[in-house]
Amino acid sequence: MSAASETLRTTALHARHQEAGARLVPFAGWEMPVQYEGIRQEHMAVRKAAGIFDVSHMGEIETSGPQAAEFLQHILSNDVTKIEVGGSQYSVLCKEDGGVLDDLFTYRLDQDRYLTVTNASNHDKDFAWFERHADGFDVNVEDAADRFAMLALQGPEARRILARHIDGVAPARMRTATAKVAGVEMLVCGTGYTGEDGVELLLPPDGAVQVWDALVGDGATPVGLGARDTLRLEACFHLYGNDLSEDRDPLGAGLGWACKLHTGFIGSEALSAMAEPREKLVPFAFTGPGIPRPGNPVVISGEEVGIVTSGTMSPCLEIGIGMAYLPAAATEPGTPIGIDVRGKLRSAEIRRKPLYDKEN
Amino acid sequence: MAESYPADLLYHPEHDWARIDGDEAVFGITWYAQDSLGELVFFDLPEVGSAVSANEPYAELESVKAVSDVYSPMSGEIVEVNAALSDAPETINDDPYGQGWLVKVKLSNPGEKDSLLSAEDYKGLLSQ
Repeated sequence: MSAASETLRTTALHARHQEAGARLVPFAGWEMPVQYEGIRQEHMAVRKAAGIFDVSHMGEIETSGPQAAEFLQHILSNDVTKIEVGGSQYSVLCKEDGGVLDDLFTYRLDQDRYLTVTNASNHDKDFAWFERHADGFDVNVEDAADRFAMLALQGPEARRILARHIDGVAPARMRTATAKVAGVEMLVCGTGYTGEDGVELLLPPDGAVQVWDALVGDGATPVGLGARDTLRLEACFHLYGNDLSEDRDPLGAGLGWACKLHTGFIGSEALSAMAEPREKLVPFAFTGPGIPRPGNPVVISGEEVGIVTSGTMSPCLEIGIGMAYLPAAATEPGTPIGIDVRGKLRSAEIRRKPLYDKEN
Repeated sequence: MAESYPADLLYHPEHDWARIDGDEAVFGITWYAQDSLGELVFFDLPEVGSAVSANEPYAELESVKAVSDVYSPMSGEIVEVNAALSDAPETINDDPYGQGWLVKVKLSNPGEKDSLLSAEDYKGLLSQ
């Protein structure tokens, strides 16, 4: 093990990953499993049965106090007043100019208490942003990242597996519940990042091994970050750092639905002033061989007009798929495009979201 | 398959092998290479007739996550490619020294074999 890797953080399940023969890689300052048996196999386990992911690298920020809702309304793009106790909501965190600092899920734990889940690579930046803008609000903003391990149990069998271990009733989609799972008290959330039904579990790190063992022992396949990426891309969910960045706005990214401009959040003025986005993020699929990769230029009529931000081989569709920013005028589904993959022009076409639809 | 490095092959430090037969050789990647890459999902076949040079990349192999160059152990001209790999690149994972061969090359300088490694030397390199 190199000196550099010794500085990486590890999750409560690190020993389990090593025992399972996982390939561990550095990711956002953490040593995380990228795969166990193989990305394709793990991907299909989630589509056909159930997979379990250790996503304890994700961060958490707890916001509480009499003005918690007003404060979050000020910084989050969505309409926070619509979240009921036990509910959840997706939003983005914008800079004044509309650039995206992160994309977030916020859970309302109580009347005046919210938990926001951050991307690992953005957590410190997000927390600093929360703290900086909390001035003038009667709120307490707490970095809660060390209080939680996070597991995702996803797939058509996920809820059946959960039902055998939960003391109580599992929350519906987009809802949350406090319950015991495998004897550990936790927050169970009906959310995920795979395009499948399932839950995400926020629990004390010292209970993670017990819960992991119970769910894996009952048939959930351990799944690494490799398949997490192919699953989210088939479902056309954004990945911060690829499809979202401080240099891109949420409207061009197709996240206008999560931006309620009338709420006056930071960045809403800049977004209101924008005419139609100049570029839009669109999903595409190859019509021939090849695999698109982030950074590949998109070519229409011999001209470079855009850039691929996410790309992979789709395990379900068995073709190259991706998302790219293209001029807004050229984003009609069905439009043929070329992708320059390291000097070879590959044929693709713009598709509708999601690229993989489990109903079909 | 289990890790192995057949004694009848010669090895290149970039994790390629050559099976030499007179002035022709078959090239492929080693067990270590396919294991490091993970399940292979795309092999863009090089063209028959194209030239390859020792120590230079001549093709790309792709797993779900990554693209990797394949280096030529020796110089020459490609006379045959393993066309079955375009539909089933995972064959390289299953059988890297057999059905998973990549190309057959007419060698322009068979003496280059003297700079390649024996199986023992290659295993020594891997254990460093």
